[in-house]
Amino acid sequence: MQTIPINTYNSPTVILELIYRLKVKDVMTRSLISVNLGATMRQVQHLMRSNSITGVPVVMQKRLLGIVSMDDIIQALDNGYIEDDVEKHMTRNLIVLEDDMPVSFAISYFDRYRYHRFPVLNKEKELVGMVTTRDISTRLLWEINHEIENIERMNQSTRTKNGLSNEVQTFSILKHDFENAGFASTEIKKKLKQGNAFPRTIRRAAIASYELEMNIVVHSNGGEIIAEFGPESITITSQDSGPGIPDVEKAMEQGYSTANEWIRSLGFGAGMGLPNVKSVSDEFSITSSPAGTIVVSTIYFADQEKSHMTNPHLPDVQNVAKELA
Amino acid sequence: MTVQNLGKALEYKTLVMPNPDADIINGYTSDLLSDVMGNAPEGSVLITIQGHKNSIAVASLLGMPAIILCNNRSAPDDMQLAAQKEGIAILSTGDTQFTASYRVAHLLGRV
Repeated sequence: MQTIPINTYNSPTVILELIYRLKVKDVMTRSLISVNLGATMRQVQHLMRSNSITGVPVVMQKRLLGIVSMDDIIQALDNGYIEDDVEKHMTRNLIVLEDDMPVSFAISYFDRYRYHRFPVLNKEKELVGMVTTRDISTRLLWEINHEIENIERMNQSTRTKNGLSNEVQTFSILKHDFENAGFASTEIKKKLKQGNAFPRTIRRAAIASYELEMNIVVHSNGGEIIAEFGPESITITSQDSGPGIPDVEKAMEQGYSTANEWIRSLGFGAGMGLPNVKSVSDEFSITSSPAGTIVVSTIYFADQEKSHMTNPHLPDVQNVAKELA
Repeated sequence: MTVQNLGKALEYKTLVMPNPDADIINGYTSDLLSDVMGNAPEGSVLITIQGHKNSIAVASLLGMPAIILCNNRSAPDDMQLAAQKEGIAILSTGDTQFTASYRVAHLLGRV
């Protein structure tokens, strides 16, 4: 089991997700300064000084053969072999990372070994980059900042009042953000549950909001989901900033999809999204132009449901719910 | 049937089981999450090869207490974390979706 120097059991999941989601290739330095076998230790010393680096990989046609570290250079100066070829004195026992590994691996490697940098190889075992702790901390800071921005934005729009009436929640959805996909629908579901809506209504609203949310993630340039909790109904509006649906009628047909292979491999793009939304909505509308698409789905609360929502302690609610379902 | 008993009876590998007493009353087999979203009954176990986090989101929204990953598909760490958080079990098997489906149907008395 790898070790990461933070508690992985109850740390904020956003941080854990980050270090699992980010790959080594996302943080590594790609501009490599390397030498080949014929170089001398002296040449490496000059390279280090002029580029302010502390380790230089030795390669032959992208194959990593060794690394000359600052320590190797100091030894060479001390013992008078600084003019020798690197081949004789480079460190050959190397620990490497693969570019597809999660950053959590890199972090645990730095924790476990004394090295200051790790060479990164791709699947073909070619040297494609180097990772230092500095690379990781810089990128993590950037990502954490980005996540906090998202959280702050969501907090602003989900600040709660008592009861459901006339409350509006707005969620920003980013293009291709599969990681956070489902957040808006989960929040809407939670809200309806708190408001004592019936399971059937919650399920319908969850389906509509999830499909609309996924549509923004998969197909649009980004947009938002707006949930309006009225006394009579819940209305879920999805609006995005383009590129629009060329043929709305076709998009409403079951099985029609423009999703690519990658998106299909994630289980989306079955061509059922919009038909699903329509089938759970009491009212449904869609308008689309290259400037953006707006879908509005409204689901009415049943009469018994409304009284249940205002007075959740009424008896026999379970049976009513069953009858409705 | 509880998730725990289902896992035991099938002898599938348990990857995550935060809520062993959750009740399974039905099953749904699909790899298309939109199809699952539109059609899966509540209280179902989801039988699929979609080993990623979005499957957990769908299961959670629909009130599905467990996912069976077929064909030895692996569950990435972020998926397991999400499952733990949402209280959804993940079982893993080398069985195909077809085999897993009829075995589950048999155990639930739906054949």
